[in-house]
Amino acid sequence: MRKIVVDGKEVEVPADYTLLQACEEAGAEVPRFCYHDRLSIAGNCRMCLVEVKGGPPKPTASCAMSVKDMRPGPEGQPPEVFTKSPMVKKAREGVMEFLLINHPLDCPICDQGGECDLQDQAMAYGVDSSRFGENKRAVENKYIGPLVKTIMSRCIHCTRCVRFTTEIAGVSELGLIGRGEDAEITTYLEAALSSELQGNVIDLCPVGALTSRPYAFNARPWELTKTESIDVMDAMGSAIRVDTRGREVMRIMPRINDAVNEEWISDKSRFIWDGLKTQRLDRPYVKVDGKLKAASWNEAFAAIAQKLNGVSGEKIGAIAGDLASTEELFALKTLMNALGSDNVDCRQDGAKLDPSLGRGSYLFNTTIEGIEEADAILLVGSNPRLEAPVLNARIRKIWRQGGLKVASISTPEDLTYDYDYLGAGTDSLAALAKGEGEFFATLKSAKRPMIIVGGGAMAREDGAAVLATAAKLAGEVGALSDEWNGFNILHTAASRVGGLDVGFVPTGKGKDVALMQEAAGKGALDVVFLLGADELDMNAFGDAFVVYVGTHGDRAAHRADIILPAAAYTEKSGTYVNLEGRVQQANRAAFPPGEAREDWAIFRALSGVLNKTLPFDSFVQLRAAMIAAHPHLGEVDEILAGDVSAVQAVAAVGGQMQGSGFAPVYSDFYLTNPIARASAVMAQCSALAKKRLAEAAE
Amino acid sequence: MSVRRLHHEQPESFEFTPENMAWVNKTIERYPQGRQASAVIPVLWRAQEQNEGWLSEPAIRVVAELLDMPNIRVLEVATFYTMFQLQPVGKKAHIQVCGTTPCQLRGAEGLIKVCKSKIAKHAHELSEDGDFSWEEVECLGACVNAPMVQIFKDTYEDLTEESLTQLIDDIAAGKPVTPGPQVERRFSMPEGGATTLGDIEDDTKGADPVPMAVSGSDAVTNHYAGDAINTGGPGYTGVPRPAQGGVDDFAAAYAKAQAEEAAQKGEG
Repeated sequence: MRKIVVDGKEVEVPADYTLLQACEEAGAEVPRFCYHDRLSIAGNCRMCLVEVKGGPPKPTASCAMSVKDMRPGPEGQPPEVFTKSPMVKKAREGVMEFLLINHPLDCPICDQGGECDLQDQAMAYGVDSSRFGENKRAVENKYIGPLVKTIMSRCIHCTRCVRFTTEIAGVSELGLIGRGEDAEITTYLEAALSSELQGNVIDLCPVGALTSRPYAFNARPWELTKTESIDVMDAMGSAIRVDTRGREVMRIMPRINDAVNEEWISDKSRFIWDGLKTQRLDRPYVKVDGKLKAASWNEAFAAIAQKLNGVSGEKIGAIAGDLASTEELFALKTLMNALGSDNVDCRQDGAKLDPSLGRGSYLFNTTIEGIEEADAILLVGSNPRLEAPVLNARIRKIWRQGGLKVASISTPEDLTYDYDYLGAGTDSLAALAKGEGEFFATLKSAKRPMIIVGGGAMAREDGAAVLATAAKLAGEVGALSDEWNGFNILHTAASRVGGLDVGFVPTGKGKDVALMQEAAGKGALDVVFLLGADELDMNAFGDAFVVYVGTHGDRAAHRADIILPAAAYTEKSGTYVNLEGRVQQANRAAFPPGEAREDWAIFRALSGVLNKTLPFDSFVQLRAAMIAAHPHLGEVDEILAGDVSAVQAVAAVGGQMQGSGFAPVYSDFYLTNPIARASAVMAQCSALAKKRLAEAAE
Repeated sequence: MSVRRLHHEQPESFEFTPENMAWVNKTIERYPQGRQASAVIPVLWRAQEQNEGWLSEPAIRVVAELLDMPNIRVLEVATFYTMFQLQPVGKKAHIQVCGTTPCQLRGAEGLIKVCKSKIAKHAHELSEDGDFSWEEVECLGACVNAPMVQIFKDTYEDLTEESLTQLIDDIAAGKPVTPGPQVERRFSMPEGGATTLGDIEDDTKGADPVPMAVSGSDAVTNHYAGDAINTGGPGYTGVPRPAQGGVDDFAAAYAKAQAEEAAQKGEG
């Protein structure tokens, strides 16, 4: 720790702090463009100039000078920094004038207007007029993909975007070519960016050079209502802010949550919003003579009641999709139990997870922040780059710091970091579990080894055996102890951990998804409720009567006999539990379209018609009932950690693995749920990714 | 300085010749393993020499692949340094006229006028026959012999408008020309020989430049860094020992020291 005086205030900071950080510690505001907490230091915008005593006798870029480089005074006084002196004021005015020399005065037509660092700082630290009489420089716009729009004349060359894509996203595609006045940000020959995190450069850009293409010219920041919520596009539960104007979601931005997503979100989370406006189910439909006909809620409920009349509980089933909130799952499960059915399942991909073994058997036990302490990671049947891009960025962050060894048993993919490829499937896992191969020694000698099991390994017939092998391996390499639980399940569905928490799985003689489909095919299952479950083989339900509660006219809606229109994740409040078991609450930002209603209200109303009235009349009562049944769901932003014994129980399941490779979880990252499939932007990204794949295959 | 971007017309491909490839591999050996990207400037430079004095887009890709670098990183380097020519240059000579203050005071503007009239109206433009091109560059460090031009790796100094005209004509005609001062003067000595310290015998090593025909960048490559300026020295043949050797030595020494320390502790 070193002492340093900032504007007359003495603070003590670690020696490796930069002056800028020390100033912030002392409460002094330092303007900046190129400096960013999570990126490397460039020191090229010069906006953070301060005056120092005990350093060079000129304005110093505070972001690039560290506290330990400062000399004490002649009598050992601590070095001094001034952020408000006349010299600093003049220096900032000079820098700002230079930055504005080539910056177009197009704020009125710029999408960054109102939330622009340059605009704000020009107001705060600039002068009122320009002395520059020549022509401003103009730069051709670059095409870098369907997500990020470029207006390159506005660029001030802070290189934040270059550093982000290179360091955090792990794709070295953006660069600064040329020099001096001719410097331009571009990709090589203007190829589209290939990262799943590229949208973050829009937030990082301090000016309007990189803006959101889908959001272009749609709204102004001051007319948007901002609602803090939780993302459901993957199981990370990233913190997001949903910006709405009236009923419409205009854009989605990340919020900072260091424990989960730091300040990044994936492109799917960010650009999904146009899918919320298309293909929506806005009124109930009933199938009459093989054709879906618009109906009223009462008609739809009456049709369900008529169908359910006299059907025994075991012939009714319910399957929940990937985007459902925990309250809905709880409400639907309560309704199903009231109807006498145990046929409920939230694992529509068929993952062989058994919540009865304990919470530790299905959580990402290490936690996302815990990754930072890991020194060896084994990926089993998982491609985190697609299944949880922000989590992958966290792994990459630790890998870049050195010392982290990664190995993968999966299909070989570019994960943005180096890893040992151990093989494609169960044989390689079995060999590793027997202690063969170098990586076993690496895991064994690691202080904090992690094993991450993905959907490719769980969602198969021998999933339980694969999980058991992985859990056994975790025990053998010392990944399971009181202070370190290195057994992790990488979920991809936002609803999954919540569903397993409230027990949305078959109990007793209940059937899981595969058995329900088998029974339906044989005519042994009469009615199936699908709660936003679209990732299923819709032909496998035979003649069963399908009630679809969902948001989009997607796969299930085509098969459904009754459609009950529900609310998408931005249109309802709800509790979501992320993959590490963190309980988080999403908030309603908009209202569902037309006659669509929130899912829980649909079940409550239906229960009345069926004379099985659910014991809650409001969302607050529902949440209270859910928390009463599952107290840990009331602890918002907390993790109820899973026990090591649960992992040992998984290992004890045993079983024989079939010798085959792990299939990828996603065939198409951009089209994994009904909202994404309705999104034109996601379709564009998907087409681009496919083209890139085809080109790479050549 | 002009806007430095890739040329609008690009060749299909680029491939190092076997000799150059061997040279490139030796250059990469100068850096420890995993640090091969450090060789980007010399390798790009050699690619430029082989490619008739300019860097093509395929050449940039080849270098990127060779050094395991992203394409954009190599493009950044190639567009940053003005020594890399991004458009075709004269087949026989690309004349870089120094325009910085000492040369300008000694008549560099006149040299540029000659280039404009004899070669092409604008910098980086090819002459009509495609044999010549020119550009104005910043200081090339021969101020004592100002004004001067650089053609590939050789400098021609103490020029006048007449002598530059003569130089261009000679190169065009394929006649040998002599690098160095174009007046009666050895290197940067006074004209007409030494005026002081005349009693000391001149025992400086190295010979005077000898006449050579200038014809393209590749031809000059092998006339570089020899015992005399352009007498066809051996050129760079690699370091006596790859850099990784030194790194390994250090790692071994460190490990040994650690082991000894641990052993001492064990005894103590």
